[in-house]
Amino acid sequence: MKGEMKELKLTVNGKPYELEVKAETLLVDLLRQELKLTGAKVGCLDSACGACTVNIDGKAVRSCSVLALQTNGREVTTIEGVADGDKLHPIQQAMIDHGAIECGFCTPGMVMSAKALLDENTNPTREEVKEAIQGNLCADEGYVKYIEAIEIAAREMRGGQ
Amino acid sequence: MDETFGNYSILGKAIPRVDARAKVTGQAKYAADIEVANMLWGQINRSPYAHARILNIDTSKAEALPGVKAVTTGKDFGGFKWGWSGPTRDEEPLAVEKVRYQYEGVAAVAAVDEDTAQEACDLIEVDYEPLPGVFTPSEAMQEGAPLVHDDRPGNICVEYHWNFGDVDKAFAESYLVREDTFQTPRMAKGYLEPPAVVAYWPDPERIVYIGAKGSPYFPYRILAKCFDLPLSNVRIITPIIGSDFGGTKNDMTPADFSAVMLAKKTGRPVKFVTSQFDALTTDLRRHPMWITVKTGVTKDGILKATSLKAVADGGAYTRISPLTMFLVGTCQTLPYKLPNFKYDAYNYFTNNPSSAAMRGHGLYHSRFAADVQLDMIAEELGLDPVEIRLKNSIENPKPGEIYETVNDVHVATCGVQECIEKVAEAVNWKARKGQKKVEGDTAYGMGFAAATYNSGTKLSAHNACAAIVRVCEDGSVNYLTGATDVGQGSDTIMSAIVAEVLGIRLEDIDLKRVDSAFTPVDPGSYGSRVTVHAGEAATKAAEDAKSQLLEVAAQQFGVKPGDVDIKDKKVFVKSSPERNMAWERLVRIACYETPGKVIIGRGYSTQGISMYGLADFSKGVGDIGTNYSFTAQASEVEVDVETGVVKCTDNNVIAHDCGFPLNTQAVETQVQGGSYHQGISAAVYEEFKMDSGQTLNPNLVDYKRPRAYEAPMTQVIHVITNDPYGPFGAKEASEGSCCSAPPSIVSAIHDATGVWIKDLPAQPEKVFWALKKKREKGQK
Ligand code: FES
Repeated sequence: MKGEMKELKLTVNGKPYELEVKAETLLVDLLRQELKLTGAKVGCLDSACGACTVNIDGKAVRSCSVLALQTNGREVTTIEGVADGDKLHPIQQAMIDHGAIECGFCTPGMVMSAKALLDENTNPTREEVKEAIQGNLCADEGYVKYIEAIEIAAREMRGGQ
Repeated sequence: MDETFGNYSILGKAIPRVDARAKVTGQAKYAADIEVANMLWGQINRSPYAHARILNIDTSKAEALPGVKAVTTGKDFGGFKWGWSGPTRDEEPLAVEKVRYQYEGVAAVAAVDEDTAQEACDLIEVDYEPLPGVFTPSEAMQEGAPLVHDDRPGNICVEYHWNFGDVDKAFAESYLVREDTFQTPRMAKGYLEPPAVVAYWPDPERIVYIGAKGSPYFPYRILAKCFDLPLSNVRIITPIIGSDFGGTKNDMTPADFSAVMLAKKTGRPVKFVTSQFDALTTDLRRHPMWITVKTGVTKDGILKATSLKAVADGGAYTRISPLTMFLVGTCQTLPYKLPNFKYDAYNYFTNNPSSAAMRGHGLYHSRFAADVQLDMIAEELGLDPVEIRLKNSIENPKPGEIYETVNDVHVATCGVQECIEKVAEAVNWKARKGQKKVEGDTAYGMGFAAATYNSGTKLSAHNACAAIVRVCEDGSVNYLTGATDVGQGSDTIMSAIVAEVLGIRLEDIDLKRVDSAFTPVDPGSYGSRVTVHAGEAATKAAEDAKSQLLEVAAQQFGVKPGDVDIKDKKVFVKSSPERNMAWERLVRIACYETPGKVIIGRGYSTQGISMYGLADFSKGVGDIGTNYSFTAQASEVEVDVETGVVKCTDNNVIAHDCGFPLNTQAVETQVQGGSYHQGISAAVYEEFKMDSGQTLNPNLVDYKRPRAYEAPMTQVIHVITNDPYGPFGAKEASEGSCCSAPPSIVSAIHDATGVWIKDLPAQPEKVFWALKKKREKGQK
């Protein structure tokens, strides 16, 4: 029933949570409004822009397209959980160094899509890189430097090979 | 290896963005991420009609809903109207007597949460008397057509008639005269971040407004007027902004006004976050335009005259249309020499959402039309597209000389010839001739285009653009700017300029984004003006602070201020550099020694105002830009001749003359993005579909936006011209590539298939039918 509170146990960025949520709460609203993790952005709520992308058990998922309850027992990683303390993830570092970021609104989603790809495969083809971020709209930078930055990060993750 | 240009410590190479770390870790706060204690949520009640009289608004049921704290309607604003300039103030914060486009705001609610606010909005009862509307310029111009504004006969929003030289005589003398009509689509601005705002009144005399605005000093002035407060009491704070591209994030929205009004009524902060549906149905769009170009050339393809007629759908309110129509015409005399030029502009009110500026503002429409037509002319004359461009393009003036167009546009530097040559070389243009162009169902083709864009736009009011450099006593520096980085990278450039001038490191600069309580005034992010104007202000403010410090240094070393300098955080006597001290020590001496100085550097831009005076819109003369960027582009496409699907290949090269690339990386990213998102996308993907004022594809699934798998891996070549009117020689980057991309794509489609698509976007269906028609014609 609408408004009814349900129990939810999940891990977000390595931290376990036991929460009460409404059945209709979207994951993105849980993250942004309840947990105050505003790194995932809301661009459309139609699963079209990818700005809200997070990783659930290592897979890139648009957090506006799943209910919070669907993450019960799962591990959610948001952009806030990607860096290791002060040390940035190679994807983040490459995006900075390569000048991929402009307004940055799509960046968290872009990082999460790239991370899901590179966690599985550190040697993707260019087509695979493009495919991994095809659900992430960017408005201003033309994708070129994002694609190249992900390739640079992949090389870094392979130990410079 | 990244290229570097010039002999600077920081500028002229790849500079990492100052805001990149916050953005890539999710820490950057955008307007929708901001929460203020005790905050309420707002929602707008919108009209279902595109044109209707408002007979009555009953808010009683909404007010009675538990959780609702206040409701506002247009009447609360006491007849206040706003607009781009004095004579164009034709819009109310919320419609009072009449709605003029679908989903125009009529009332607003503040409630304890978003759902309650939405529910209350649905309970507001508005009685409308639907009116017949006009939905295209051709409907709007009919005799006896319904009027969008009762006091604007003929639905004419803007009309210009300019005439330079003798066009008729030139046509009579021409070897070939061609006339073609082109069409550009109604487009979304393209930002992913929908507008959002949080507003509150810290006391009954003061407003705090935190919103996604690329030109925060617009709301500063407009809200002061609207709520009858001195400017000193209006505090506009800019969070990080998720792109703009002109329009809504420059201007006001019903939510902006309503947030402030409802905060006043409730005494609590009120937050509005626009949905993407509302953004796509009500935010400002790029003007759809019908452009008829008549061009006369000699036998050798030298341009003799152009007569241009532009008809635009301005939508419901004037907004910035007078400037749009000016821009469509003014730069037609660039980047090619054009001795005779005539321009007739008509912009009509319709019952569609308002049109406004968008990346490539104005020039994109006319350059598309004229550059494609140039290829048609070249084809008729048997000339090569590169050859005809090189023949006609303006030569780079010698240092100290100025090229003046027939309509009094002044160009000090023009790298268009070098751009054309470099692109032709990079894509091996000559070798392409006679190559096999078809593989199975895929036809390949390449198109060429050149373009210009005005940078450092200057308008007749609100040009003041200032900066403050505050040197803290430990040697760290605050840079206070009125300029707003909406993603283009100006925070980085401004910080880099200040660090370069002061002779310290980029990390020593802490830039303060706009907070109108502390930062100096600036017109905002539009018209590619920020680098040129705010960059000049930054340079001057840093020089001012530096000269104050050099005076102290000179005293310390017992020399004249001109004998000392600062580099790599060291202050030294120029003639004997071993006499030096650390930057921090100098600052400490300046601040601590009796009586103790406060080092504050001030600067403001002057380039925009002096020189040749301001542009005259009605006569069509004068400079809108302080200087002008130039671009050449070659694009290759593959066309599926069975389905009509057009795709760019990675064979896409742009050479861009931005004068001097202050941040090479940012220039490249801007140029690639400008080309793809607002150029190529206009050429092949994007268009709002409308039916009687209703937007039929108001979501990012049905409204096609360019994605990564279709993106060409565009290569950018820097062309250096060192413009005397830009800081460190700089001109704009990115709007030029918005203008060169569409003609290069359309010419590429023609090269591949033989069909000319004059009506953008070249979506598959359009290309399919054009190919079918061509095949059938061939069979006959
Ligand atoms: S907000 Fe989830 S895909 Fe756009």
